[in-house]
Amino acid sequence: GSGGFRKRKHDNFPHGQRREEKENLNPPSALMTSFKSFQLELDTRHDKYERLVKLSRDITIESKRTIFLLHRFTSAPNGEEILSESEVKLDAVRRKIKQVAQELIGEDMYQFHRAISPGLQEYVEAVSFQYFIKTRSLISVEEINKQLIFTAEDREETTNMTSNSHDKQPHTWSLKVTPVDYLLGVADLTGELMRLCISSVGNGDIDTPFELSQFLRQIYDGFTFIGNTGPYEVSKKLYTLKQSLAKVENACYTLKVRGSEIPKHMLADVFSTKTELIDQEEGLP
Amino acid sequence: MSVSEMFAALQGALGQDQDIREEIRKVVQALEQTAREILTLLQGVHQGPGFQHIPKKCQKAREHFGTVRTQMESLKTKFPADQYYRFHEHWRFVLQRLVFLAAFVVYLESETLVTREAVAEILGIEADRERGFHLDIEDYLSGILTLASELARLAVNSVTAGDYSRPLRISAFINELDSGFRLLNLKNDSLRKRYDGLKYDVKKIEEVVYDLSIRGLNKEATVGAGGEK
Repeated sequence: GSGGFRKRKHDNFPHGQRREEKENLNPPSALMTSFKSFQLELDTRHDKYERLVKLSRDITIESKRTIFLLHRFTSAPNGEEILSESEVKLDAVRRKIKQVAQELIGEDMYQFHRAISPGLQEYVEAVSFQYFIKTRSLISVEEINKQLIFTAEDREETTNMTSNSHDKQPHTWSLKVTPVDYLLGVADLTGELMRLCISSVGNGDIDTPFELSQFLRQIYDGFTFIGNTGPYEVSKKLYTLKQSLAKVENACYTLKVRGSEIPKHMLADVFSTKTELIDQEEGLP
Repeated sequence: MSVSEMFAALQGALGQDQDIREEIRKVVQALEQTAREILTLLQGVHQGPGFQHIPKKCQKAREHFGTVRTQMESLKTKFPADQYYRFHEHWRFVLQRLVFLAAFVVYLESETLVTREAVAEILGIEADRERGFHLDIEDYLSGILTLASELARLAVNSVTAGDYSRPLRISAFINELDSGFRLLNLKNDSLRKRYDGLKYDVKKIEEVVYDLSIRGLNKEATVGAGGEK
């Protein structure tokens, strides 16, 4: 019965342990030696993964802050200052990405892609938001990747990884944002643009909403063109994108309809109540 | 570049990606078919008469691994060599299964644990990432864990078939495997989940050994097998 079973376990346990101890005294078996090397290999891999996750988090946080900063752009009178400040912030983010690139020297990027993907997406969002504010157009993947080519010269290198790669691949390495990361980042950008639209109406800016709805429509058309060619996440974002577009289009509609009848100084009130409503619906983007 | 041009370019890239995946899927299907055939062949050892034919079955299985090697060769040509992990998910499952099958064959032949290098060689791939299409360490370990549960089953069936010495040897083997796995610091992922099942295999085999011991059947076995305990 179960009593006998339990007793056996008690009897056998120290016995099994003793045998293990004996094995430790003897030269370790081939199996144990190889498992020791597996332990090393797995630990190295997990450590690298953790370091990358941490970097990715930092990149996400800094990028988010940049986006918040850029949202102040429309309301503030000193727009240039905010833009240059955002540039400084993005440079800091890029330094983090450089560290990521260093971690990935000689590795298969896709092996660790899951660790860094969220950070990269957020970076794409921040950088494309800034680019839009500056140029009113969409930044391309190529342009983003151009900024992610790093050279060893601009900072003294202390990492030992670079020293052995110096001979083969001197001084430059890069990180490439994948098309999918780019697409997901751009999809998030549209959410920011929607917020920008609503808040600019709140500030009495009548032109920006129309410009934005035009731009968002172009992006939406682009996404529908891709459709389900892309991975599942992309098609999932398409739904939110549609909602953002609808909000912006509705804002433009209201502007057109009400704009003709409400005096300009009162428009701000109409939209500031609307903004609150939308923010509540949205939750945290 | 206009927005629509950009998206057209991206769509092109994604479309190409999809074509590659389609190609990979085809080869993986063929690999799965071969793996099933090998498995069916090796399942024969669990039946009574199968125990006498183990060497013959192993030899046949090894012939099938020739097919696996040619299929692996074709898989390698389907995608750029430096993007292994981009498409890893597609062949992960079948590769683990093939590792198990190779490990099972090697165990039946020599009662040893196949090394990572040896599996790679049987499958016609590399053990190191640097040299091309390789065997990921987690896939190797997963395959080995499948072997453990198969051996637990084999221990039961070999008793039924009247072979009382095999469970003792399997027990020693699994115990060593267990202490090997205990060296690893596993993350909370699929490998860890499968490792958690190993203790049940260990327990199962211990029970079989216990049943043999209290009936004195293991002594009978050691006469033939030459002293295990």
